[in-house]
Amino acid sequence: MTVQQPNTTADQASAAGRSKAGFRAASILEDRNVLGFLFMLPAATLLLVFLTYPLALGVWLGFTDTRIGREGVFVGLENYEILWGDSVFWLSVFNTLLYTTVASVFKFALGLWLALLLNQHLPFKAFLRAIVLLPFVVPTVLSAIAFWWIYDAQFSIISWALIELGLIDARINFLGDPTNARASVIAANIWRGIPFVAITLLAGLQTIPQSLYEAATLDGATAWQRFRFITLPMLTPIIAVVMTFSVLLTFTDFQLIYVLTRGGPVNATHLMATLSFQRAIPGGQLGEGAAIAVAMIPFLLAAILFSYFGLQRRKWQQGGRD
Amino acid sequence: MSSYARQDDSAGTVIKDNPHDSEGMRYLDSRLRRFVTTYLPLSVFVFVLLFPFYWMSITALKPNHQLTDYDNYSPFWVSEPTLRHIRYLLFETSYPNWFWNTIVISVAATFISLVFAVFAAYAIERLRFSGSRWVGLSIFLAYLVPPSILFIPLALIVFKLGLYDSPLALILTYPTFLMPFCTWLLMGYFRSIPYELEECALIDGASRWQILTKITLPLAVPGLISAGIFAFTLSWNEFIYALTFIASSENKTVPVGVLTELVRSDVYEWGSLMAGALLGSLPVVILYSFFVEHYVSSMTGAVKE
Repeated sequence: MTVQQPNTTADQASAAGRSKAGFRAASILEDRNVLGFLFMLPAATLLLVFLTYPLALGVWLGFTDTRIGREGVFVGLENYEILWGDSVFWLSVFNTLLYTTVASVFKFALGLWLALLLNQHLPFKAFLRAIVLLPFVVPTVLSAIAFWWIYDAQFSIISWALIELGLIDARINFLGDPTNARASVIAANIWRGIPFVAITLLAGLQTIPQSLYEAATLDGATAWQRFRFITLPMLTPIIAVVMTFSVLLTFTDFQLIYVLTRGGPVNATHLMATLSFQRAIPGGQLGEGAAIAVAMIPFLLAAILFSYFGLQRRKWQQGGRD
Repeated sequence: MSSYARQDDSAGTVIKDNPHDSEGMRYLDSRLRRFVTTYLPLSVFVFVLLFPFYWMSITALKPNHQLTDYDNYSPFWVSEPTLRHIRYLLFETSYPNWFWNTIVISVAATFISLVFAVFAAYAIERLRFSGSRWVGLSIFLAYLVPPSILFIPLALIVFKLGLYDSPLALILTYPTFLMPFCTWLLMGYFRSIPYELEECALIDGASRWQILTKITLPLAVPGLISAGIFAFTLSWNEFIYALTFIASSENKTVPVGVLTELVRSDVYEWGSLMAGALLGSLPVVILYSFFVEHYVSSMTGAVKE
């Protein structure tokens, strides 16, 4: 219904414009502030109701003891005090930081490598680029289910292949052992993240003028020097943005863990998002779940500011202005 | 590394006379080294990135007795492919329901997001009302708010609005992450359309509404397609809201349904699970294969400022 609104106002405007009395109404509608307000109205309403308000409500819920089916009362910092003494919560913070750091480093390194490979002259380049992006296109839950089967304790194809090759003697318990489970979920996350990093960095690589490389080669620069002093500085702005997005998505990841381990074994893979879900929805403790979600915000802000200022400083060092 | 550099050095001195200088300095590389430095790592990447899909598809077609019998049947091939798992999904589970729900929800959420985003982006980028810069910035910040910190309060709101367990809950909440993205992308797109076109139309007496529908939008069609395709795949992919706001089996979406309804006992039905994952991926993959360029441009456009 709201979609129709600008349409009807415009119809009214043209109808009003025809009559003399309505002339002023028409010119008001041509005023950019009035029209700007009307054009922003649907989007702003939806975002205020379903984004800004829930964000504020979430912060408020963190200070209450709301449960499913029961209105909560204000309890001050009690939820946070409980979490402060909760070893599972701290384990989830540790897991989240570990997961984010390790996965992001690998996604960046492997993604950049793949981007550099794809930036060369290759046969079927467009086709290669298209299929490389597939892991990012396919819904995470559905590809995670495939990983679940690949990581199966008894019938894992990886275990089978490694045993056939004579590299290991016994099956790997991918998701049952804390260390293996962490490595496995991180590997699945890297698998899904590489294409995004690679394809966006490839777009950045293609904007670097070829003449820079030619000039550097004429001056006797080595391959490493060309990479270090041309590719990397020219790519820094886009690296900062891509990695900010990648860190944000990894830090708040939920789907992959929920499919593969549900936080187990013995909470070794619980991330803050999955712990928040578990406490709030199956556990019914909405207040405590919201407090965990709110506890993620400082980390997210830190990640955004870090990459933003990192980017600014780099630009300034390169002598760039914009 | 140093021998590598030296060889490239000599390539560099020759390249001045080389007409194919778009080939760069790589054309003198020996075939073997090109194989080791480029084709080998590239094949490993492609193999690792695609293997899970191959494994998913082959498992979906294997009869049950071949699924786990690696001794008598090669695990990498299927000797008697069967459609039993797919038939089971289509006729003995609510899979067709989930599929239809996901289509309806994704199309509706994408449509709402696109329409709202067109107006918002046009207002911010072209009407330039006072404060439009700040509104643009807050749209970008909205884009960075992750669903995993919003789902708890949203669940309460959805419940109070009486939308719990209704597709409408998802149609109304998905635009919170689709619309900021679409707006951001379309702002960039509108910026690339010459302003002079609009000025001419304004002088000729066109209203803002006419300018938007007759000039800007037709020129922005590629941008609209990019934003729409990407938004559609994002809503198809969404999981945490669908898991939280929907309870009854027949209202679920494909990702939630496959995970919560097909996994019943300790004995996993791997064949039908993989068939469910495969069928659920097909729509986005087919859409993607037709619009690769649009998809890539919206993905890279989203991270450019």
